[in-house]
Amino acid sequence: MKHDISLTVNGDTYTLAVEAWRTLNEVLREDLNLTGTKLGCGSGDCGACTVIVDGKSVSSCLTLAVEMDGRRILTVEGLAPSGETLHPIQEAFIEKGAIQCGFCTPGMELSALHLLKTNPLPSDTQIRSAISGNLCRCTGYNKIVDAIAEAGRRMDPPSKTGR
Amino acid sequence: MPMETKTLIGKDVPRTDGRAKATGQAIYADDIKLPGMLYGKLLRSPLPHARILSIDTRRAAAMPGVRCVITGQDIPRVTYGNWRLFPGTQDEYALAMDKVRFIGDEVAAVAAVDRETAQAAIEQIYVEYEELPGVFDVDASLATGAPVVHDTSPTNISIDRKIAYGDIEAGFAASDYVREDTFTVHAVSHAYMEPCACVAQSDLDGRITLWTSTQTPYIVQCLLASTMNMRENDIRVIKPAVGGGFGGKMELRPWEFCAAFMARKTGRPVKFTLTREEELAFGRRRHPMTIHSKVGFKNDGTLVAKDLHIYLDGGAYNAMGPTATFLSGNFGAMLYRYPSYRYLGEHVYTNKPPASAMRGFGAPQTLFAAETQMNIAAEELGIDPIQIRLKNAMVSGDELPGVATISSCGFVESLKEVRRISGWSRKRKNLKTGRGVGIGCYSFISGGVFNWFNTQYPFSAAEVRAFDDGTVHLLSMASDIGQGSDTVLKQILAETLGLKMEDIRLTAADTAMTPQADLGTWGSRVTLMAGNAVLDAANKIKERLAGAVSARYNLNVIFDIEFADGRVYAAGKPDRGMTFGEAVAFVQKTQRGEPLVARGSYTPRGKGLVSPAFSFGAQVAEVTVDTDTGQIQVEKMWTAHDCGTVLNPMAVEGQLEGSVQMGLGYALSEQFVMDGGKTLNTTFLDYKMPNAADMPPGESVCIDTFEPEGPMGAKEAGEGLASPTAPAIAEAVFHATGYRCKDLPITPEKVLKGLGKL
Repeated sequence: MKHDISLTVNGDTYTLAVEAWRTLNEVLREDLNLTGTKLGCGSGDCGACTVIVDGKSVSSCLTLAVEMDGRRILTVEGLAPSGETLHPIQEAFIEKGAIQCGFCTPGMELSALHLLKTNPLPSDTQIRSAISGNLCRCTGYNKIVDAIAEAGRRMDPPSKTGR
Repeated sequence: MPMETKTLIGKDVPRTDGRAKATGQAIYADDIKLPGMLYGKLLRSPLPHARILSIDTRRAAAMPGVRCVITGQDIPRVTYGNWRLFPGTQDEYALAMDKVRFIGDEVAAVAAVDRETAQAAIEQIYVEYEELPGVFDVDASLATGAPVVHDTSPTNISIDRKIAYGDIEAGFAASDYVREDTFTVHAVSHAYMEPCACVAQSDLDGRITLWTSTQTPYIVQCLLASTMNMRENDIRVIKPAVGGGFGGKMELRPWEFCAAFMARKTGRPVKFTLTREEELAFGRRRHPMTIHSKVGFKNDGTLVAKDLHIYLDGGAYNAMGPTATFLSGNFGAMLYRYPSYRYLGEHVYTNKPPASAMRGFGAPQTLFAAETQMNIAAEELGIDPIQIRLKNAMVSGDELPGVATISSCGFVESLKEVRRISGWSRKRKNLKTGRGVGIGCYSFISGGVFNWFNTQYPFSAAEVRAFDDGTVHLLSMASDIGQGSDTVLKQILAETLGLKMEDIRLTAADTAMTPQADLGTWGSRVTLMAGNAVLDAANKIKERLAGAVSARYNLNVIFDIEFADGRVYAAGKPDRGMTFGEAVAFVQKTQRGEPLVARGSYTPRGKGLVSPAFSFGAQVAEVTVDTDTGQIQVEKMWTAHDCGTVLNPMAVEGQLEGSVQMGLGYALSEQFVMDGGKTLNTTFLDYKMPNAADMPPGESVCIDTFEPEGPMGAKEAGEGLASPTAPAIAEAVFHATGYRCKDLPITPEKVLKGLGKL
């Protein structure tokens, strides 16, 4: 049986009928064609699928779509909605060399956003702890940590993006 | 070399796909969706070794939504494997024919309207097996009367390689100190973040287009053609953004074949996406090895002889095992001057998921043994570990007889630098028990010379098209899988032509559009080989444009022509010149409209059997060991390495730091836990790779050398660095506790056992 849900993704509201077992990740990637959100493991261990739901970072692969009725979701596509001006986190990731293969990047950026919303100028240790649920196989994390610290400085006071 | 002013080379140029990746716009294989697309799923063997008696697909095929079901009986009986030069090594079928050889061996495939239906259909395929006894390690596989994995290799040894030079018996006889050890190293996962995926489409004229997460589009094209009984030019392979590879995506894979085969059969596109569980449970992995090494020294630490015998646990198929067997022998002879050397490498079949290429290609294993043994020898001879290395270090011009000549070599400088920046001498003397420092070193290849794929094309090729609007289009089959080669190739081209990064459009890689050929991303070949091909094409363009400017301004033939800031002009006379675009238009006029296009290529010739160039480096680890719990904390890593001219320091640093993550996991936390042929840890919760909080701080120095064979002096960076971390940490643990690890990984349990506390 399908369930009717209405969810807001990056400011746009969608009404969908979904099977009870479908995940938010599947709905984003397959129904809404928002493929910026990745799927790295499907068991909540790697963080590549991280999105922000009502201000909190969640693993979209472990989140059922039916639970998203009435929720506000931010994905990587919503970080810089205009498409022209990048979010400071995206800018810093590019400039600091925090991106290699890029597969962890969307999830990493959203975990960073979640951190910087609550802790605008985090320490190195706090950043490492905040992204310890986001695995990266390419960079060794150092440049990601640098980028998040830099983004924090650029966003302080915190920007309005990302709600 | 004279110092030249470079505007892009040696600069932290951000990667040009950064924006697409940061915004989620980069398209990876699983992001592709085509009209009418079907979803594929593989049925895999639940048994490590069994004969297939029958397969009943009727119920699956009759399910609503199922469009295609195939087994080994439906496909051409053509084996494949990367070593085309030796067809006897090509031991795989896309789907098992008569036998399965590991848990996960692909038996059947389904294409259905959605993933759920495909999965449900897979569960409705009934296979009757006759289980056979299996072999799960090298000893069992080599035992008399052991079950035979492939009938073509009755001894279970699929390939061997021998190297010998110098008088080894005389060498050992003349040695004052002979050390003999056996090391064992384990399997680890590439753990690239993007699980493998592909989409195949049958074109209007029956040809195949395949988008796939691969490091080697050309190899996939050729092997897909042969297994499909099609012609190479009937297969088009497009590499989208790839989420890492590390050696794990450099072969034709069964899902690529099944997608193409079923797309042709159904007339609809077919997508396969692997799950992480499939990747970890059944995927390629680094070779476990048993390494017997005997080394002879003089009392003063001078090396005299080395005898190395390695068994590679290859798993069920050759995969890239032959290359690892081949290269391990070379890595065993690298770094130091061995007056006599003997190597025997034997690649052994077992009933486990195949091992294959993985960052280092035999070097992390071989160098763990070699570097640990060097540390043991230093200890027993009473010589400082860095001092004994300096005494034996290779230098520029050294030869591996009949195999390779070392051109540029910054090894001695690396050793001295890492000693300085780590505070080595003070720490070796003064650290208290429980804290220690250790060293590990590496040398690595910058691409392979041996043409095992038997390509009929140059090893790398590039095409440059110049336009009168001041832009150029670079076409290359080189494959950026995350390491940043697209950016570096653009840097080389832009620097050579005096253009900006944004003036360059790049197509890479699409086997129907980009020039034949490029062997792909492996063995750290891209910067050197594709870089040289790009340079070759760029220089041809340059020559034509220089001629145009020379003619236009009636320049004396002795004038140099410069390319800078988007202009082409007589050296020292900037007014005698024109914009790049005007110069292109001028050339185009002289050839009555024909566009200005040049093709460049690179194939290593006269470079021995291994590689045209070698990188070197040394790494020091400092650790704290809790002798009550056996826990190891890596406090800091220092690295000094020689990768020739650094084309992009930020990219090189990224390679180094990523290598430390992988090396740290290899040393301490990552391992496949196996029960017989079954991989037990199939999630990232159980397969522990280091996260951001696990990473030690680091400090590094690049040793400045110029590699004559490299583009603008560059050579390998990033793959060799996968090797030194494990031996450096192992030596630091020994320095801290007296426990010497000879079997990776270094777990708390082993530390405590080693200290007699368990």
